[in-house]
Amino acid sequence: MLKDKDRIFTNLYGIHDWRLKAAQKRGDWDGTKDILAKGQDWIISEMKESGLRGRGGAGFPTGLKWSFMPKESDGRPSYLVVNADEGEPGTCKDRDMMRHDPHKLVEGCLIAGFAMRAVAAYIYIRGEFRDEADVLEAAIEEAYAAGLIGRNACKSGYDFDVYVHRGAGAYICGEETALIESLEGKKGQPRLKPPFPANVGVWGCPTTVNNVESIAVAPTILRRSGAWFAGLGRPNNTGTKVFCISGHVERPCNVEEEMGIPLKTLIEKHAGGVRGGWDNLLAIIPGGSSVPVLPKSTCDNVLMDFDSLRDVKSGLGTAAVIVMDKSTDIVRAIARLSKFYKHESCGQCTPCREGTGWMWRVMERLVEGRAEKEEIDMLLDVSYQVEGHTICALGDAAAWPIQGLIRHFRDEIEARIDRHHDRQAAE
Amino acid sequence: MSMAVKKTSEPFEFTKKNREWANGQIKKYPAGKQASAVMPLLTRAQEQNGGWLSVPAIEHIAELLEMPYIRAYEVASFYTMYNLSSVGTHVIEICTTTPCWLRGSDDIVAAAKDELGIGFGETTADGEITLLEVECAGACVNAPVCAIHHSYFEDLTPDAMRQLIRDLKAGKDLKPGPQIDRHTSAPVGGPTTLQDEGAV
Repeated sequence: MLKDKDRIFTNLYGIHDWRLKAAQKRGDWDGTKDILAKGQDWIISEMKESGLRGRGGAGFPTGLKWSFMPKESDGRPSYLVVNADEGEPGTCKDRDMMRHDPHKLVEGCLIAGFAMRAVAAYIYIRGEFRDEADVLEAAIEEAYAAGLIGRNACKSGYDFDVYVHRGAGAYICGEETALIESLEGKKGQPRLKPPFPANVGVWGCPTTVNNVESIAVAPTILRRSGAWFAGLGRPNNTGTKVFCISGHVERPCNVEEEMGIPLKTLIEKHAGGVRGGWDNLLAIIPGGSSVPVLPKSTCDNVLMDFDSLRDVKSGLGTAAVIVMDKSTDIVRAIARLSKFYKHESCGQCTPCREGTGWMWRVMERLVEGRAEKEEIDMLLDVSYQVEGHTICALGDAAAWPIQGLIRHFRDEIEARIDRHHDRQAAE
Repeated sequence: MSMAVKKTSEPFEFTKKNREWANGQIKKYPAGKQASAVMPLLTRAQEQNGGWLSVPAIEHIAELLEMPYIRAYEVASFYTMYNLSSVGTHVIEICTTTPCWLRGSDDIVAAAKDELGIGFGETTADGEITLLEVECAGACVNAPVCAIHHSYFEDLTPDAMRQLIRDLKAGKDLKPGPQIDRHTSAPVGGPTTLQDEGAV
């Protein structure tokens, strides 16, 4: 269990002031100049040692990602882009970091930007987070006024700017190349890779896109050492993580815990347990809407980290834990996610544009049992035709919840179809 | 929102203050990359234009950024926060995605529709309030939630939803955040962490 002394987001709930002076009292911006003085190679090697894996869902090693940026400019500037387009259903952690602990992110931008030799950071925040963006912009203003960023940032000799870019309501912009398109003033439609953003990113320049949490934890890691962070959690799944616990629990909340905490412990310790007790649990989506649902039997023992959840054919994703008790219409719960993906498909790739709508319409019929049993396998088959056949992962994200539902709740779907047929026969 | 832009001959031009603000936005991006400012500028134009983007408003932004109208229109029609037809003075956006649905968003929607006498995508007869369904608002541990003027109102109950609407109609100040006794995203009853004063 994580001790308070090892928590990074000490103002996660906004109980204290977010402003610069208060943030400095909590340790932010402490010795930033000294960290920069140790140089790019030291920062990247320390980040690698920490074992930090990207907190936006994919879990790619952060230090390694930073190391892909060019060490010498070919004339083009490099950019850091922070993905604050938080919109994965179940997920609301970056929101708390930005409205309650914004200086961790601003300081992280400087350090990460310096490490990858970037000239500026653009924080792409979802447009709906208007109050949050206002706080973040005010924090950036404070940092400029105090000489922490801008020219000769922290008296380090390094010039670095931080900007906020507000989105306008498109989930797809959480995909890094769609985000880059959007930042260029276009529709948010993903780009083919390669070229990867580290070679050709925003405005044709080398770019690294990182999640808010990945950047915001970096200053603390560098102050306390990569070894400290690596000592938390399990090998290959290190550190702390902010979990979002929503749905049918007694006390929904965000909480920072150690990676690898048992799912059951996480819920019982911090969220007051499942509504009606653990035995009233039906299923849990452990990492945001895109990852497959887990039945109670798996939830009993599974650990909350990348590898443990992969081993049970789900994923840590954004660590957004959506809890469903036995009162839940599980087919409707997943059908609502299918509607979400249909709504958010950018329309660029045919399998996703057509497939998300097709899958949603079948799901709506399955909710009522208005189908034939063969259609379950047909739906599964179509989900495999969408998965892996699109430019970005939205197609996969639309397919996985349905695959998880059929894997674990086929009986329930079939029973509905039987009941529907019985009703029809009776009429 | 909708694909077709409502026709209007009402001209549009940024106020002097908004024009200055727009110049500041353009400066955030590298020289020659002013098209990057299209989103913030469209957002500001929508605010100045009473909550929606008309053809003249989109044209004005396109001219300002030296980009073809069609490129600005593409952006305006792609992102859901841009309204291409007029909306009420106030817009209530209720999230109905799974985490909110699990916590009773159906009841919140029913209460709002009943209190307003309108459905999703409609505006009250007096032109005051528009009701919209939105996808995940990103405040899931405080579900169910709605947004009014882009501030979030969280931990809603049907009664709380009705009260918000009545207060909105009465011109009262609304208090964003949890509508129950709760501090932001901490669990009801207080945090289970960050209790060790010495450590934090």
